[in-house]
Amino acid sequence: MSRDNYEVIIGLEVHAELSTKTKIFCSCPTEFGAAPNTHVCPICMAMPGTLPVLNEKVVEYAVKAGLATNCEISRDSKNDRKNYFYPDLPKAYQISQFDKPLCEHGYVEIDTDEGKKRIGLTRIHIEEDAGKLNHDDFGGGSLVDLNRAGVPLIEIVSEPDIRSSEEAEKYLRKLKSILEYIEVSDCKMQEGSLRADVNVSVRKKGDTKFGTRTETKNMNSFKSITREIEYEIDRQIDIIEDGGEVEQETLRWDDVSGKTFPMRNKEDAEDYRYFPEPDLVAIKLSEEYIENIKKSLPELPESRKQRYLEEYKLSEKDANIITSSKYLSDLFEGATKICNNPKAVNNWIISDISRILNETEMEPIEIPFDSKQLAKLVMLIDKGTISSSIAKKVLVEMFEHPRDPEDIIDEKGWVQISDEGAIKDVVLKVLEANPQSVADYKGGKDKALGYLVGQAMKETRGKANPQMLNKMFLEELKK
Amino acid sequence: MDITELTVHELQEKLKNKELTIKEITEAYINRINEKEKDVQAFVTELTDEAKKSAEEIQSKVENGEITGEFAGIPIGIKDNICTKGIKTTCSSRMLENFVSPYDATVMEKINNENMIDLGKLNMDEFAMGGSTEYSYFHPTRNPWNLNKVPGGSSGGSAAAVASNMVPWALGSDTGGSIREPASFCGVVGLKPTYGLVSRYGLVAFASSLDQIGPITKDVRDAAMLLNIIAGHDKKDTTSSDRPKVDYTKALKNDVKGLKIGVPKEFFGEGINEEVKEQLQKAIETYKELGAEVEEFSLDIAQYALATYYIIACAEASSNLGRFDGIRYTYRTKEFKSLKEIYKKSRSEGFGPEVKRRIILGTYVLSSGYYDAYYKKAQQVRTLVMNEFNKGFEKYDVILTPTSPTVAFDIGSKSNNPLEMYLADICTVSVNIAGLPGISIPCGVDKEGMPVGMQLIGNKFCEETILNAAYTFEQKIKFRENHKPEFKR
Repeated sequence: MSRDNYEVIIGLEVHAELSTKTKIFCSCPTEFGAAPNTHVCPICMAMPGTLPVLNEKVVEYAVKAGLATNCEISRDSKNDRKNYFYPDLPKAYQISQFDKPLCEHGYVEIDTDEGKKRIGLTRIHIEEDAGKLNHDDFGGGSLVDLNRAGVPLIEIVSEPDIRSSEEAEKYLRKLKSILEYIEVSDCKMQEGSLRADVNVSVRKKGDTKFGTRTETKNMNSFKSITREIEYEIDRQIDIIEDGGEVEQETLRWDDVSGKTFPMRNKEDAEDYRYFPEPDLVAIKLSEEYIENIKKSLPELPESRKQRYLEEYKLSEKDANIITSSKYLSDLFEGATKICNNPKAVNNWIISDISRILNETEMEPIEIPFDSKQLAKLVMLIDKGTISSSIAKKVLVEMFEHPRDPEDIIDEKGWVQISDEGAIKDVVLKVLEANPQSVADYKGGKDKALGYLVGQAMKETRGKANPQMLNKMFLEELKK
Repeated sequence: MDITELTVHELQEKLKNKELTIKEITEAYINRINEKEKDVQAFVTELTDEAKKSAEEIQSKVENGEITGEFAGIPIGIKDNICTKGIKTTCSSRMLENFVSPYDATVMEKINNENMIDLGKLNMDEFAMGGSTEYSYFHPTRNPWNLNKVPGGSSGGSAAAVASNMVPWALGSDTGGSIREPASFCGVVGLKPTYGLVSRYGLVAFASSLDQIGPITKDVRDAAMLLNIIAGHDKKDTTSSDRPKVDYTKALKNDVKGLKIGVPKEFFGEGINEEVKEQLQKAIETYKELGAEVEEFSLDIAQYALATYYIIACAEASSNLGRFDGIRYTYRTKEFKSLKEIYKKSRSEGFGPEVKRRIILGTYVLSSGYYDAYYKKAQQVRTLVMNEFNKGFEKYDVILTPTSPTVAFDIGSKSNNPLEMYLADICTVSVNIAGLPGISIPCGVDKEGMPVGMQLIGNKFCEETILNAAYTFEQKIKFRENHKPEFKR
């Protein structure tokens, strides 16, 4: 197969749950994880006669998202009904936006090997989430949980500007970090508060017409999105190479088999019969309103990154990693302010913390300790209370059973031995036990010193101050 | 004295003077219901036992001084598409045959705050779709003037209950004439307020951009009083207006000198019954005698209002009625093999033919490929209708028309001819399309003694103007003193 002969066209429709306290059209809480049908009222259960009232915070958050992604904000917007039948949609229509979205014509910048690239945003609109169907383990049917019905969403539709799965992932990560920075969504992908519909098509290089696209619904991890895109590219190219035609389909991704499956095809494509929602008045926004939101926008990742380069002299690569997540960035700034050692904090985040996050598949937001605790860890090393090798163990402990590093050191008895007498005792003991190494060192093999220090560390279970050990061995060996 | 003959303001007077007690009033109405309901069939749910109990409670509370209020203990009837907590709200549909609302409509909260007594839920065309109350799943309601004729619809139960003195007044709802037409057929007063004056929260939606709740009463003063109770901004209905409250009874001046009345000639043309025209002509003469300036004018666009109305109303209905899907509180088919079958069978069995007809029509006009030709075009015409009315109100204070092209027709004579049934709405729909207030009051009877209704249309939020015009006319012709329903068989 000749993938090099093809160009890949990708567009993403990202749904982000907004972190407002209450739902979009009623005052039920939006909190995740409650017992089924406890966060409901006649309005979100679509009882006859009920009417929606638009939560103004939803508009504010969506406008924030629009401004943070360089969109034009519509002064005159409205809601529309999208009609379809499904048991998780109690009104049999979703209140969404059709032809007058709140935000249009924006872009997000990503870093690629060829430099910066703009991914265009067609639109951002507000809508309500649907409920959830749970399989009934006892009765064998399905049960409807309407807690999520009416949770506010923004749908962010990209232009078909994305050309690879790497770019798709970068775009999604950038978008996620922006939404986190402006605090409109917690973007917890496992809880489904950030999910994407992925549109993929391929065309022979040089073709000007787009190929037929497929849409894969409800993807909620970076890994599966990357896998899905790769799979879909191969699948579509295979079809074309075999002389076939790609069908326009809505697909479902199966993570176990690593394949996509059709949900429904074009023939029974739904006609949503959009029309203006008559129960709600038009959304009119004043210049002043938009201006005020603009002023309230926090510092965005790009400008934080610049500041880190200048103020803290971080490398471009490190600054990118840290600012990719608001939580990492807040952790960095918070800890640095306290311990005044940006380099050390940076190293901790870039190496050990990132590694643990990776290994445990945790999101930065789930880091169980705060910037104060990280700063303490750094200061304990700086003061010589613990060695950096002990500190690594303390960090693991901070992830597993979060508490103050001092408490961990106390409990575990990990305080560094910096008492001269104690160190001397160990050194003498090691020298006595290793006459061969002593002889080697004296015969010119400098490496033998390292071995001796290592033995002393072993003896003290890593707690001896390494600088003092080194010094004292040298002194004794000179004798 | 027949208590049930009295208007609400008369009842208030007698309560105040201690000529009557709350219990006596309620009992009189219960007796009347027991006597007349078997002929008229205006109720879906009678609440006579509950009413008796609340009458006792309210009376003792009033006697103890726990509650005051001019409407305490006044009975009322409620159209069965207005949600009442703990009481069935069926919309006269099999779909909601057993639906008990978990909440009160905003208008019901207001009624309950006044300590009024709910005598029952009143019959209607299923989901308010129809003009004769023959499309009720339960039973048709009969016209108290002639039991072989329809009471009009869709608020036919409300109008017939008021006309037959089974309730002193009632709430109805009006999407294309559903308060005014039955009021006209039953010889009572029906007011459709300006869109946005009364909260729609808790009114089971038919067509959201057209629906309004309004009073059906024995006379204009009662209509003004009931409007006082139910009007006002509601945070739960963002389409409700936040204008300051007014006392509509203060507008009843019994004086129309200098009032400018426009009579659109299109409403007196083909299809309007001659006897109706005759009574309307007499009404116009009466207004002239009373010192009003009456002038004929052209409201050309009105000819397109009916088509516009049926497109917009059905489009909205097709979406509003989607929630009746067999999944939660509705009728569910007994046997099904798939989700699709639950939907198909529940909705096929739960909805009556007229509702299905309108859902299909509405689904069609919203479908991709037809949206522009129908729904979008209808919205454009709607704007034109509004503009034409605005022009009319630059010249006139009130626009006068028949309420319906005919008097009440025979039961069964139109129920199999939907188009003819739709044509009965021709005089009323443009008022909903334009969001205006309209009132229907009786202006005479035809040769068979059936009441003829006159419609007075006002500019937006000018209820005071049409109420005064209606009141002044009513005081002059004294319809209630000269004509009474005879329950002819």
